[in-house]
Amino acid sequence: MLVANRPIAAKSNGMTNTLLDIRDIHKSYGDVAVLSGVSIGMEPRQTLALTGESGSGKSTLLHLAGGLDQPESGQVLLQGRDIGTMDDAARAKARRDHVGLIFQQFNLVPSLSVAANIALQARLAGRHDADFCAELADRLGLADLTNRFPEQLSGGQQQRVAIARALAPRPALILADEPTGNLDEDTGDAVLSLLLDLVSDTGAGLLMVTHSPRLAARLSHRIHLSRGVLEGA
Amino acid sequence: MNMLYTAVLSLSSHWRHRPGQLAMLAIGLALATALWSGVQAINAEARGAYDRAAAILGQDQLSRLERADGRSVPLADYLALRAAGYLVSPVISGELRDSAGRLRILGIDPLTTPEAAQGPALDSDDFDLAAFFTNPGLLLVTEATASGSLPTNLPPLAIAEDVPPAAAITDISTAARLLGQTDPSYLLVSPTQPFGLPAITEATELTLSAPDTANDISRLTDSFHLNLTAFGLLSFGVGLFIVHAAIGLAFEQRRAAIRTLRALGTPLRTVLLALSLELALIAFIAGIIGILLGYLIAAALMPGVAGTLRGLYGADIEGILRFDPVWAISALLITWLGAGAAAVQAMIRTTRMPLLAPALPRAWAQASGRAIRLQALAALALFALAGGLALFGQGLIAAFLCLAALLIGSALCLPALMTAALKILPTRNAFSEWVLADTRQQIPGLSLALMALLLALSANIGVSTMVGSFRTTFLGWLDQRLASELYVTAADPAEAAFLMEAIRDDVDAILPIVSADQRLYDRPAQVFGIIDHPTYRAAWPLLAQTSDPWDQLATGNAALINEQLARRENLSPGDILPLAGGLPIVGVYSDYGNPNGQAIVSLNRFTETFPDAQPFRFAIRINPDDAPQIATRLREEFGLPPDAVTNQAQVKAFSIDVFDQTFRVTGALNILTLGVAGIALLTSLLTLANLRLPQLAPIWAVGTSRATLARVELLRALGLAILTFVFALPVGLALAWVLLALVNVEAFGWRLPMQLFPSDWARLFALALLAAGLAALGPALRLARIPPARLTQIFAQER
Amino acid sequence: MRLLLAFLLTLTQAHAQGFAGLGTQADGFAVPTPNPNFTFPEDHGPHPDYRIEWWYLTATLQGEDGTDYGIQWTLFRSALTPETSSDWTAPQLFMGHAGLTTPDQHFSAERLARGGLGQAGVAANPFRAHIDDWQMASTATNGDAYNALHLSARGTDFAYALDLTANGPLIFHGQDGYSVKSAAGQASYYYSQPFYTVTGTLNLPLGDVPVTGTAWLDREWSSQPLSEDQNGWDWFSLQFEDGARMMAFALRSTDGSSFTSATWIEADGTTESYGDGRVTLTPLDTTEVAGRDIPTEWQLIFPERGIDIRTTPINAQSWMDTSFPYWEGPISFTGTHTGRGYLEMTGYE
Repeated sequence: MLVANRPIAAKSNGMTNTLLDIRDIHKSYGDVAVLSGVSIGMEPRQTLALTGESGSGKSTLLHLAGGLDQPESGQVLLQGRDIGTMDDAARAKARRDHVGLIFQQFNLVPSLSVAANIALQARLAGRHDADFCAELADRLGLADLTNRFPEQLSGGQQQRVAIARALAPRPALILADEPTGNLDEDTGDAVLSLLLDLVSDTGAGLLMVTHSPRLAARLSHRIHLSRGVLEGA
Repeated sequence: MNMLYTAVLSLSSHWRHRPGQLAMLAIGLALATALWSGVQAINAEARGAYDRAAAILGQDQLSRLERADGRSVPLADYLALRAAGYLVSPVISGELRDSAGRLRILGIDPLTTPEAAQGPALDSDDFDLAAFFTNPGLLLVTEATASGSLPTNLPPLAIAEDVPPAAAITDISTAARLLGQTDPSYLLVSPTQPFGLPAITEATELTLSAPDTANDISRLTDSFHLNLTAFGLLSFGVGLFIVHAAIGLAFEQRRAAIRTLRALGTPLRTVLLALSLELALIAFIAGIIGILLGYLIAAALMPGVAGTLRGLYGADIEGILRFDPVWAISALLITWLGAGAAAVQAMIRTTRMPLLAPALPRAWAQASGRAIRLQALAALALFALAGGLALFGQGLIAAFLCLAALLIGSALCLPALMTAALKILPTRNAFSEWVLADTRQQIPGLSLALMALLLALSANIGVSTMVGSFRTTFLGWLDQRLASELYVTAADPAEAAFLMEAIRDDVDAILPIVSADQRLYDRPAQVFGIIDHPTYRAAWPLLAQTSDPWDQLATGNAALINEQLARRENLSPGDILPLAGGLPIVGVYSDYGNPNGQAIVSLNRFTETFPDAQPFRFAIRINPDDAPQIATRLREEFGLPPDAVTNQAQVKAFSIDVFDQTFRVTGALNILTLGVAGIALLTSLLTLANLRLPQLAPIWAVGTSRATLARVELLRALGLAILTFVFALPVGLALAWVLLALVNVEAFGWRLPMQLFPSDWARLFALALLAAGLAALGPALRLARIPPARLTQIFAQER
Repeated sequence: MRLLLAFLLTLTQAHAQGFAGLGTQADGFAVPTPNPNFTFPEDHGPHPDYRIEWWYLTATLQGEDGTDYGIQWTLFRSALTPETSSDWTAPQLFMGHAGLTTPDQHFSAERLARGGLGQAGVAANPFRAHIDDWQMASTATNGDAYNALHLSARGTDFAYALDLTANGPLIFHGQDGYSVKSAAGQASYYYSQPFYTVTGTLNLPLGDVPVTGTAWLDREWSSQPLSEDQNGWDWFSLQFEDGARMMAFALRSTDGSSFTSATWIEADGTTESYGDGRVTLTPLDTTEVAGRDIPTEWQLIFPERGIDIRTTPINAQSWMDTSFPYWEGPISFTGTHTGRGYLEMTGYE
């Protein structure tokens, strides 16, 4: 079923069918250079693990890829369009239309029910599909929890809600920042399996930040960031 | 639209989750709206009453002809003007008063009243015109007047609109009979006069006075309404403190949700729009509640206001509130404005909030030390302004500006003073050191609520000191002034003369009480005539005098004036009063509670000047032991009604009653403001309670029980309230001084010595502690019962 | 203060000459009875025991250039009770109306007053009727007090002062001054002095105008209001070129019928009265006046005197804009006879 639901194709300008094309970006906080000339390319449906030590700049790179932050130089082409130079409203639109975000802290809205949290981004994007949301909830084992509120859920359950929320608008790209970082190992493994299955089934690309080589190994591609520079890409 | 709708729903789900916070926000908005709009409703109602009174008989549009000496216009003068062709219309006005009540009578001649003199319609189908014109006549009164206390033996009443409160409009023939007066009190002059006549001033000796647009009453009562408005503004401001705190709390708790929404692709402006829409809706509902509350408050206070206005200014308003939609709409707009103002800070923080979360939530109201220093500097500037206004300011507005500068300045310097005070407090051990340091850290967050408390407390101290000083002075003055043992009111001057003659030999002295209305310096005033008697010399303390003022007064060629007149017209002994051809002023006496100017001349001079005015009241000096016997004799032998003979104590009791009535409204507003300040404190403490958990958790972790922490929280709130009270006391006294020395002089024309009432302070202190204790109790109890897991969680989150 | 409609109703209904001869002494007022026996000068003065009374003078005038003018001077008395007073009490109310008509303008003014204190009133001997500075005062040195009058009135935009001299006797309408006004027998006391010649001055906004002409004084009093179905009247006073005079009126009923009455006055003062139906009054043309259609041209047919005339107003807009408004102005007529006169019409809504 899910395989048939192909991601919304970007309005291609015909130049490329690359999903994400990061070209020579630089970013620093104050005097500290965080990223120095990093370039990454991701094809559609690709899953890419981004590893590195704490402070290596991997979260910053992820934020730039999702248009949550802007680079000082270089380009962030999401489906061919440079989101690095867009204004706040345009980046927000690109995000809600094409990107699903999964955070280490889950970042659910505490006053909304599980169902409302799952549907949140899809609704914002004007693309809410109740059946699809129900299916996601079912696949993620949340079917009996949809009326609960986040504070009533375990960490693993909360992260599964976050995954469902990210997938609900059928984004072309999922960005996940240490999605299992707040979970114990077994739960984390289970959650990651679900995430990978769903990404594969929906045809989205996945860029996942992790500090764990073991988890990184489960993705199709891996890159390592060290002091703001890519190694062994 | 879809996105905005989703954003609004997501954000506002917060309130469903925290109904208590929503209630707080709504209460703050509703209270602010209620107190402000209530005061506005009262003012509007009273002003409307003055306008209606001013418009009655077209006084605001028609010129009048009057005699320069204030006496009535001779009938022959009126008839001569008519016979010469001039369109003038007679009015006989006066007051009927007996033990049962009082009623102002306006006798008009509907056959000649100019069209501009809008009066009650006399041509409706069911109106008995013949009864109006013929004996016994009809008195047109409003419904409210008809149900009030009226004199006995009145002609039949008919209910009509467009009649001033406590007054009756009737045919001039009825007025003439009731008031025993044939000559018109004044003539209304039609704005258009017939063809080919010379100017009316060439045809008569009478004085033509221009239409009275700003009438005497509204001039007199301006100060009272300014006073109410100031209170309303204060309450509104204090209410907005609550709103500000509630909105700040909500912002803080939704910080993560807002960030998530933005991360998921909601543009900033959509978030701001959603927040604004949500606030507008809440403000709308709270505003409606506030308007209803305000109407109830105003309706409840209205009789008191009516009492105040009558007691203090002799202004008649009905004590009934009408509902005015314009008022309701403007109150709603004010609510929106206020909510917007209170939300500005939260909105700015939302705008500036980075999309990427910093690790920790910060206290939303955390003001830096720099901000506190800036506030203190602003406070100093405001104090300087207040001082300058006190020394050099002129007029009521300046006096109120001085008050405002003083209050705002005090509020602004409160955080700095608090911080300083907490620094110099001694500490005994590490725990108390932590408590003090922690308290200092909280001051920025609590400062707005504490400022509100400071304002409410100092306003309370100031106003109660003013009222108390006034009351004490007034009572002392009454004791002195009411020196006679008995006061007698006869039915008419003839009876008075007869009674005075009959008992002359049995009493120590008889002091006739006789007065005439007379405009002095183009304002209403009264002139009294007195005989030369030691009672006056003893009982009338003079504030300023020439040598032998009483001897000079006795010659008939001198006058005493009251303090109000002296201050208003800048008169002092030696100046000439424009009365009876000009009389030198030989003394100024205090005359509290009287809105108008007053002058005293000798009885002989009075009789010469006002031959028509005859005394029908007199006071009796007698050995106090013999007073009851004489009183009984007057009632039984001469058949005077019981109320016609009153003793000193009764008059005093009546005066004190009028006085207390006068300040009842002020007292009520005072308490309301304090209540609002208490709620503001509660809101702020609730806001801080959650934010403070990270600071409390380590203290708990190192071995302080939750109960102890809760006790500390409670004691801390009490301690802050005590400190606030300590600061409020001098501010309140300064406020009282401004009220007594500046506002009263400008508003009423008298200056009162300031007295201190420590027992009032003690009561207020207890009230402040109670308010702070109640406000802190809830958050403290919650802290005492907080699950340890929440505290441990904090360590996890802070990792 | 809106005006006293009840007062006006009393007056206007009375002026509609609908005084009930129903024999009741309503509210203690006297009612007219047949075969009156007038005594003068007393009856020139007021009759406070009757509810309603007036001194009603109209004059057709010409300026030196031949321009036509007309004036009206009326003092109405209306009693609330059949009593008099000398203080503010008001059993007797007075209303003055003054009108001045030119070919293209019409001025009107109104005054109200109570009677007790002297602001308004009527004295029989010497005769003087006045309200404020308006007056009609006898200047006769011998004979009837009405033989010579001085007349003055003043509005906000006009004034006049006229001297009148009578060239004939008083005449009495109906049966020796007992004038029946309806089929039901309602009546009033009614006599006139129709033989005045006039000289004087009109004071107009553009300047003073000396005038001469003729005038007609009506005296009438009664107590009973109109019967309810009578809603207006048309009243004519006519002066023929041969010196004869004529009075005619029609009282209109709501059912469209009317009650007419007429008095023929020879140049020497001999009169003959004609009851209902002898004179026919027919509107020929209307003019829009103050928002209503007023019949300003009339045909008057009086077969017994061979009269068939058509009347035309000097100014069709002769509207008395008073508390109770009506049309009153000078007219001229042609046909079997020519001459001038005055027309009053009330009750046109």
